[in-house]
Amino acid sequence: MIELYLLSIAMLAAAIVAIEIKDLLAAAVAMGIVGFSVAIMFILVQAPDLAIVQIVVEILTVVFFAAAILKTTHTDTTIGKGIQTEAIFPVITFFIFGTLFILLTIYGIRALPPFGSPIMKVASHYIEYGLAQTGASNIVSAIILDYRGYDTFGEAVVLFTSVLGVVTIMRVKGRI
Amino acid sequence: MTNNNINTNQSSQKSTGNGMTVIVKTIARFIAGFIFLYGCYIILHGHLTPGGGFAGGVILSASFILLVLAFGAVEIRERSSYFFASIFESIGGLMFLFIALLGLLTGTFFFTNLLAKGTPLKILSAGIIPLANIAIGIKVGAGLLSIFLALAATHYLMKE
Repeated sequence: MIELYLLSIAMLAAAIVAIEIKDLLAAAVAMGIVGFSVAIMFILVQAPDLAIVQIVVEILTVVFFAAAILKTTHTDTTIGKGIQTEAIFPVITFFIFGTLFILLTIYGIRALPPFGSPIMKVASHYIEYGLAQTGASNIVSAIILDYRGYDTFGEAVVLFTSVLGVVTIMRVKGRI
Repeated sequence: MTNNNINTNQSSQKSTGNGMTVIVKTIARFIAGFIFLYGCYIILHGHLTPGGGFAGGVILSASFILLVLAFGAVEIRERSSYFFASIFESIGGLMFLFIALLGLLTGTFFFTNLLAKGTPLKILSAGIIPLANIAIGIKVGAGLLSIFLALAATHYLMKE
């Protein structure tokens, strides 16, 4: 478990660098460090399906950011100006809600079952009978496409709707 | 990437839209096919090994995005591939819906695993799961590619 804590510290440092650095390309690279640390964490807790998705999506995100930065500007002009007067109220609100969130998280983590021993009956049924009932040796595919196919269909509809939204906003025809 | 490379890239794109340097073009042409093949492998083996429709689809779209980034934005090619990406997106979504509705058509419930289960760890097993993986792969790959092309095509709007 010590690797997870080390990775968390590295992610915190990279996130602070991503916010505070002046060069936007370096900020994009620091954001990539956060994403790849999440991927390594998924591998360490034995979730290779999620790790593959995380790595590929992270590569695409960093490439998108790098392409946008190379075509526009390299410098972040908002850094080094301090807190403006109109930003005081949001900052105070953020600290109040952040403190509340941390306190409630500590309360909630104490009530969790220990790592690797779930309390849900459904999951153990899937693990025990998944291979016999679906014939798929990848248990994640068996769950998301057979037992929980309806949820996956909803996810596909959400993706379709978001693509539709982007294509509608960015359309070329009928714009001018 | 060195500063010099960035400058040449920007200046060449402003004038002709010819993309990056010849080194990047050669490597991209060589490697895009392998990335596409790996995406197909991830999709087709989704019921056997880690991965599946979503991860494989993102890898498929990454191979096309690599080509677009390396060879630059040529307007005609970009518009035609945008057209095909939208069509494939819809085809993937309808395929997935049809696979789900097969259960209702044959008199059982939504998302029934109709086909034979087969022997585990063979490529032809697990009933409808490989078909659903292929549908999701086509849908996700074409969807992400069309988002990228929609965002990349906006600078034609700026020009007009």
